[in-house]
Amino acid sequence: MNAKSHRFPWNHLVGFVLSIAFTLLAVFVAFNTDFSASTILWIIGIFAIFQAAIQLFMFMHVTEGKEGKINLFNIGSSVILALIIVFGTIWVLTSGHAHLH
Amino acid sequence: MTSQTTPLEYKSHQSQMNILGFWVFLGAEIVLFSTLFASYFILEHNTAAGPSGQDIFILKDVLIETFLLLTSSFTCGLAIHSMRNHDKKGLLIWMIVTLLLGAGFLYMEINEFIHYIHEGATIQTSGFTAAFFTLLGTHGAHVTFGVFWIIMLLIQLVRRGITEKTSSKLFIASLYWHFLDVVWIFIFTFVYLKGMVM
Amino acid sequence: MTFDEFFVTGDPLILASQIAIGLTLIGLVALVSYLKRWKWLWREWFTTVDHKKIGIMYILAGVLMFFRGGVDGLLMRAQTSRPELQLLDAQHYDEIFTTHGVIMILFMAMPLLIGIMNVVIPLQIGARDVAFPKLNALSFWLFFAGAMLFNLSFVIGGSPDAGWTSYFPLAGKEFTPGVGNNYYAIALQIAGIGTLATGINFVVTIIKMRAPGMSWMKLPIFVWTTFITSIIIVAAFPIFTVALAYMSLDRLFGTHFFTVASGGDPMLWLNLFWLWGHPEVYIVVLPAFGMFSEVIATFARKNLYGYKSMVYAVAGIAFLSMLVWVHHFYTMGNSAAVNSIFSLTTMMIAIPTGVKIFNWLFTLRKGRIEFSTSMLWALAFIPCFTIGGVTGVMLAMAAADYQYHNTMFLVAHFHYVLIPGVVFAVFAGLYYWWPKMFGFKLNEKIGRWHFWLFVIGFNLTFMPMFFVGLDGMSRRMYTYSESTGWAPLLGLSAIGALIMAAGFAALCYNIYWSFRYASRDVGNDPWNGRTLEWATASPAPEYNFAVEPQVEQLDDFWHKKKQGKTGLKKSELKSVHMPSNSWTPIVLAVAFGVVGFFLVFEWFTLAVIASIGIIVGLVANSFDYDEGYHIEPEELEEEERKWRGDLQ
Repeated sequence: MNAKSHRFPWNHLVGFVLSIAFTLLAVFVAFNTDFSASTILWIIGIFAIFQAAIQLFMFMHVTEGKEGKINLFNIGSSVILALIIVFGTIWVLTSGHAHLH
Repeated sequence: MTSQTTPLEYKSHQSQMNILGFWVFLGAEIVLFSTLFASYFILEHNTAAGPSGQDIFILKDVLIETFLLLTSSFTCGLAIHSMRNHDKKGLLIWMIVTLLLGAGFLYMEINEFIHYIHEGATIQTSGFTAAFFTLLGTHGAHVTFGVFWIIMLLIQLVRRGITEKTSSKLFIASLYWHFLDVVWIFIFTFVYLKGMVM
Repeated sequence: MTFDEFFVTGDPLILASQIAIGLTLIGLVALVSYLKRWKWLWREWFTTVDHKKIGIMYILAGVLMFFRGGVDGLLMRAQTSRPELQLLDAQHYDEIFTTHGVIMILFMAMPLLIGIMNVVIPLQIGARDVAFPKLNALSFWLFFAGAMLFNLSFVIGGSPDAGWTSYFPLAGKEFTPGVGNNYYAIALQIAGIGTLATGINFVVTIIKMRAPGMSWMKLPIFVWTTFITSIIIVAAFPIFTVALAYMSLDRLFGTHFFTVASGGDPMLWLNLFWLWGHPEVYIVVLPAFGMFSEVIATFARKNLYGYKSMVYAVAGIAFLSMLVWVHHFYTMGNSAAVNSIFSLTTMMIAIPTGVKIFNWLFTLRKGRIEFSTSMLWALAFIPCFTIGGVTGVMLAMAAADYQYHNTMFLVAHFHYVLIPGVVFAVFAGLYYWWPKMFGFKLNEKIGRWHFWLFVIGFNLTFMPMFFVGLDGMSRRMYTYSESTGWAPLLGLSAIGALIMAAGFAALCYNIYWSFRYASRDVGNDPWNGRTLEWATASPAPEYNFAVEPQVEQLDDFWHKKKQGKTGLKKSELKSVHMPSNSWTPIVLAVAFGVVGFFLVFEWFTLAVIASIGIIVGLVANSFDYDEGYHIEPEELEEEERKWRGDLQ
């Protein structure tokens, strides 16, 4: 983290190009491949995680500042919590007799 | 990290706390959106004889929205880069570009919603539409709030220039804006692509 | 909408309360006007950003809500004291158990704990205030707006009546068409935003504002529990925000999140409610554990046994709290795998909790115990809470829970957890920190009456419920027949409730008596305390500490006292920066309350107009560049001389 960097912001440009590329790749995988639906979901899901990481590290500079480690811990635990909420909810509400369909 | 290389927005103790506090708030936002996603996944197939995602989603419009928002996140990053170079004009211009791209995104999204309503998918139609419109609407409301928020900050920037306070405020708004892009990526992947493919 | 749909009419009990509320309000306004105190109220309290004053307002609101929720409880016990009694009809009974639950958890336990946190935490870490003082004021006023809106339902429009958990489909428009449950959805939302802000505020305060030298393992244990509680608030409250938003959309705008016929899923509500609701239990109980730890260490004259294991236990409980939510609805028909896993995680919570119990016991062992009133509460807590904990493990077993579920056994269990766990802790905390807040102690003799009446009343009220529960009485039954044989036990329970109420009355009398007559000469450290809040004057001055404390070890103040190093050098005094008062928090909260009221009645145009108030408040806040003010060394010196005598 430098206060002054007159250099061209390469990391931003690289991040931008990568996120556009991942978006197009995801569309390609979704519509132009013969993978099974769940494989597609895994692949585009991983692409989404890559893109989120690009935003966090290349645009939002999550690790900078005195609280870099705390920020990482905060975001990391929020992500774990998000996974608990999403997968927990799906598991609880779609297994057993509660399954509505 | 010495005082020479510390960016202006981190200079005062209060600014450091504001930025940290906003990161904690973003943690809460992650939980909020993951709850919206979880509910969407439970309800997405419950279309109650109404249209499903596959019936109404249009890839082209969604891609345009995605590119608008991705680009706005990039220009927002450039704005903060300019700010760190004490380039007030660059900061102002890139932020305005960001806002215009954000407004373009909102225009597309509102049109998309009107299209869905014409197709017979209102928020009252089914469990699916309720969860869909609430997830998308919450994100859209965040973008709308962000646009007005950044306009307020730009007025302060013009009046006061790049100071410890204005820079930390704009930096926080930029975090918010990038975060909305992160949320959109997941909406794009797990609502639109998943809805159209599966 | 007709008059009698707007005002609740036709019940003499409610009519009497309406008149009483009206007269009280007129009386209050008249009294403040007569004393010419409006300006003072506005300047010193309504616009304050001082964490100590905000804490006191939280506590005051919490005690008021304790009274309201307590009256609900008394009415329930009165109604079931004899079989086939007609004191309340079924509808009124439904409303009362609903408001009792909501008020006791969200508007009594939460503000009392957050109030004590507000007063104590900045003092314990040697800080001048919290990280975001203005946001702190906004938190309080949003909570207060939510609480008042919720209480308004009692006289205007009708109370919510679907239980504090408001399960769908009962809480849906189809089955409860009145505005009662709109109040639930909207008022809790407003209060919840305030709570989330409190969580963020305390996380940042504790990370960034600790005194120099106070590293993580030198934090007072109450600071640790508050820190972890705040993290759980940030983690759990957004879930409730979403659940309440869905409920509002379903009720106000006709969506189908929870209605099966159009593809909704009522179990989704249960799932989201308890994803928030279980961590919420730990949000209220963890700071209470911290308070007991402080009180026990102080009055056993020993350092807390197993400090580190205490910290790890709290962190462990916090993590597990996010993994147990399904144990509230084992009976919904989950797969065996779901119920088994959640049984396991639930039982695992007993492990860190057990560690804490043993730590407290070992702290007491060989201590020179002083039986002050706050220590009595802590000592009574241990056995009473253990009963609640052990019955919790019984309920954790999914197969057995099919028998206990929704019986009075469950009601007895969670009252045995929450009353010793939270209410006893609040009482202990109030007696302990009262001198720091007001500069005088509460009377110890009246405190004894308060203690014994409340503890005996508590056990008498809730112990019988275990037995009628095991005998098959389900919760929320408004009456029962003679032939059930429950009458003697429920009669005993009603007597217990009266004794508990007498205990609460003793507390109120104690506050009145002490305010009038107690000695004002308590010094800065009346209990021979261990932590930093006792290093400054009682009541604490607005700047908290004249000089930022330097910390070298755990219980630093205790060791500094032994070494005689608590003095203040005149040369160390420096100008202190203070935040200015602000009108935006209270105005924003009033706007939120008004918008909320219009939303409850589904008057959308008015709601949109009123929300302009919110926008104006936010914009004004964004353009506010107030720099605060400074207290100069001369003023500090004068203030410090008042209790220290001459400075070095």
